[in-house]
Amino acid sequence: MALPNIGQFSVAGPEEILRPVRPWFVALTLALALVGNLLPTSGVALALKPDFVALLLLYWCIKEPRYIGIGIAWTIGLVMDVGDGTLFGQHALAYAFLAYATEYFRRRVLRFPLWQQAAQVAVLLGLCAALVLLVRYVGGASLPRWTYAVPPLVGALLWPVVTLAIQWSQRPQHSSTSL
Amino acid sequence: MRHIPIEPPAFFNRGPSPIARLAFFGMLSIALLFVDTRYHYLEGVRRAAAVVLYPVQRAAQLPGELLTDVGSYFASLRTLTDENQTLKRSLVERAAAAQGNAAAQAENARLRTLIELGARYAAGATAVEVLYTSRDPFAQKLYVGKGVDAELRPGEAVIDAEGVVGQVTRVFPSMAEVTLVTDKDHAVPVKVQRSGVRSVLYGAGAGHAPELRFMAPSADIQVGDVLVTSGLDGTYPPGLAVARVATLDRETGQMFARITCTPMAGVDRSEHLLVLARSAVLPPRPEEPAESDTAKKQGKGRRKGAGTP
Repeated sequence: MALPNIGQFSVAGPEEILRPVRPWFVALTLALALVGNLLPTSGVALALKPDFVALLLLYWCIKEPRYIGIGIAWTIGLVMDVGDGTLFGQHALAYAFLAYATEYFRRRVLRFPLWQQAAQVAVLLGLCAALVLLVRYVGGASLPRWTYAVPPLVGALLWPVVTLAIQWSQRPQHSSTSL
Repeated sequence: MRHIPIEPPAFFNRGPSPIARLAFFGMLSIALLFVDTRYHYLEGVRRAAAVVLYPVQRAAQLPGELLTDVGSYFASLRTLTDENQTLKRSLVERAAAAQGNAAAQAENARLRTLIELGARYAAGATAVEVLYTSRDPFAQKLYVGKGVDAELRPGEAVIDAEGVVGQVTRVFPSMAEVTLVTDKDHAVPVKVQRSGVRSVLYGAGAGHAPELRFMAPSADIQVGDVLVTSGLDGTYPPGLAVARVATLDRETGQMFARITCTPMAGVDRSEHLLVLARSAVLPPRPEEPAESDTAKKQGKGRRKGAGTP
């Protein structure tokens, strides 16, 4: 493992059994991600701000494909389209594609150490952003500046943080008396 | 060794295959994109979804507001006194300017009644606060915290203390979308304050300065000239400061001069804006000329900017 093992805050191996995640918890994290995307920012913060919703969708598509699939991702994309005032279907298409690509990635991605997972996440988020770029370019927009490539990379850097935070909340509590 | 079936038993069947689902939702997205770009049928859906999204948008405001509150709580007496002084000074300065302005306006009104032009616009305005800027890097838009509830309408001009910020383009129940003058699809009819030369200021998208296009190299424009709205479009009231000429390139080889401008308003900074109500009674649209190819082509222009709300 690339990261030091620090008790509760460590990444779960493929063989470790975590507590099952509840649907409301998935919904809550996605709602928080939506709030994160709509945070009022400008300037450098706006240029750096990753797509939290895409990141969380990716996480749950990998970890809990029973709850979050292509359909849900598409619906959340529509909500994001309204929030950003973009063309209807732009984020929806990108997120649906993200969920689809994850179907193929998810079985292998968990076998890697966390930082290598982040590299693969960067590729997925980058593909997602490239799809949005393609849609807008076909729609007549001019090419954005190079900073367009920054948010997916920031998102990938946040991947270990998101993984550790969510797994920490799912770790079984050994102190309970039920054992 | 027994052969392990690859297909899961029917009990675990999870519906259509991923590729089928992707194809279905992909087609749906492309259909939506097409309908939204070409026909604008989906504004009602967008409005309904905006109502659902409103609590989330409000929640996103909370951390920032909280920080501001905490910050102002700990602001020292010294800072506040300083700020008070500055504000008082600027108030006096502006009061002087306003008095001169009031006199000029009264005179203007008298002259207008003399020549029967009537008032161009009544001063109805709504102060609004910026909620957030759109994450979309392809457009320059922001969202303000009032909408239908404050009787905002698409097409109304939005200004800050320095000049024009943009115009309202979509109105939701309690928020509105403002397209900034720097947006690629936005245009403002302007005139040079010094010389009165008319032109149109086109936005150029994020990171690019708005520019005046199709100006002859000999046009009477200088670096530093202030551009004000000409009011010819009926969208922006006349006389609002828009931008200042930043660079000027009169290459004799070119057909047009290359003129870039800097917006006067804090287009990407201002937090408090003013939406100007539009009460001007516009003359009726002139009769459409007989159908001709050239007219059709002009009508197909994709710029929404000025003129069309």
